[in-house]
Amino acid sequence: MSWLIKPVIFLLCLVPLGFFSFDIYSENLSADPIKDATLFTGEWTLRFLLITLAITPLRRFTGWSRVLRLRRMLGLYAFFYAFLHFLVWFWLDRELQLGDVIEDILKRPYITVGFSAFVMLIPLAVTSNKFSIRRLKQRWQKLHKLVYLISGLGVLHFLWLVKADVQEPIIYGVILIILLGMRAWWDRQARAAASI
Amino acid sequence: MLIKTKNKNDIMSSEITDPEVFKQRREFIKQSGQFALAAAGTLATPQILSAGSLPSPASARAKIDGVIKGPFSTDQKPNKYKDITNYCNFYEFGTGKRDPAANAHTLKTSPWQVAIEGEVEKPGVYNLEDILKPHTLEERIYRFRCVEAWSMVVPWVGFPLSDLIKRFNPTSKAKYVEFTTLHDPENMPGQRRRILNWPYTEGLRMDEAMNPLTMMVVGLYGEVLPNQNGAPLRLIVPWKYGFKSIKSIAKIRFTETQPATAWNTSAPREYGFYSNVNPAVSHPRWTQSKERVLGSGFFAKKVKTQIYNGYGEQVAGLYAGMDLRKFY
Repeated sequence: MSWLIKPVIFLLCLVPLGFFSFDIYSENLSADPIKDATLFTGEWTLRFLLITLAITPLRRFTGWSRVLRLRRMLGLYAFFYAFLHFLVWFWLDRELQLGDVIEDILKRPYITVGFSAFVMLIPLAVTSNKFSIRRLKQRWQKLHKLVYLISGLGVLHFLWLVKADVQEPIIYGVILIILLGMRAWWDRQARAAASI
Repeated sequence: MLIKTKNKNDIMSSEITDPEVFKQRREFIKQSGQFALAAAGTLATPQILSAGSLPSPASARAKIDGVIKGPFSTDQKPNKYKDITNYCNFYEFGTGKRDPAANAHTLKTSPWQVAIEGEVEKPGVYNLEDILKPHTLEERIYRFRCVEAWSMVVPWVGFPLSDLIKRFNPTSKAKYVEFTTLHDPENMPGQRRRILNWPYTEGLRMDEAMNPLTMMVVGLYGEVLPNQNGAPLRLIVPWKYGFKSIKSIAKIRFTETQPATAWNTSAPREYGFYSNVNPAVSHPRWTQSKERVLGSGFFAKKVKTQIYNGYGEQVAGLYAGMDLRKFY
């Protein structure tokens, strides 16, 4: 049965997109569908980043090591939703106006950090294959630690763009701090154990 | 008013209405009746109130009769009723655009009173009916420009604010008008969290309030204003960003000094007291030079935002000599 897990999760990750497509089809979006699409893709990018970061703690707590095999796919889904988010912004929202986009990136801090996070995701997506792992060796691990920074910038991007109600970005932020905090704690313990 | 109910002799226990629901329904019937009378005198039948289902004011659409065509209407095509009533910023009922449509049915719009206070000869707490009675209602189709860089075209029903103000004789000390929304965390769930300083307040300079464009609104598309759009009484100032047009007004106070306003208090650098629509002055986090005209789907083209939202002819004189970058 375990061979089923991967394809099932693969399809599950497409469910949000399916719901959104159905909303488009059934004209169930708001008066501003571009904003709906921006929010939808942005929120799911953050969620997939957090889910990906939850895999290591999940394995530690449950001892279920096969779960690690899902991590690459989940990370690639984070990139997939981030890419859609970028596309909605660049194409539908900014109407492919390169000048406007550059001005946004330079002048609007929430876009600066959001765009930086997206750009940093690209090398992670490109190197998420066995060939790159073998080729980059130690450096691969280092490179992929960028995801901690990317997730932080993603939450900051969300926090800086809301008008007054910071509840949702704060929730993502707290989850992220817990996920990263656990790693920091384990690192310290490991180092303490090593120095004995 | 005609209310249709089921007329069955046999009542199953499952059909007996919970007393709480019954009370709410009484409240609703009372409120639609009173408001409709106050608003228009005569009134068509509201939606059927069938037994067994709790009527929600949000879905009860009542036509207002005797509305005349007012001045200043744009010839642009109004947005759909569905868009105007399902895409609202009314944080008292949630911060999502659809939250107000889903939640605002808890707002009790009747009985409704408006307190008139401050530098005015006839202060007092007035019933909404008395506030509205002398006014002829008119329809005006205005452009509505949100500070979030989207816009709609809306057929409002109301009357000039200046006509209302004159009735209460402001004193010579009245330099500003402050408006306050109801503070009612029980029925306005959004007020249970401190997203803004509740209750929401807004303000205008006296000459802005007296400008013939400035409206008190009680209706939309010829019908009683839905709760999510600010029932039973709201302000519309079409040359300013939408948040200036405060909803569900419970108090109007005349002051000598500039009143504190909700968004200005919350983020002074981002939302000024004036908040006139101005493509040349960016919001610190986004540009105001263009706006997305809502209602045309995914490929809605953005259009250039006009100074004073296109109402410069009527209002530019109010700001002659003022530095609009400083007084944003």
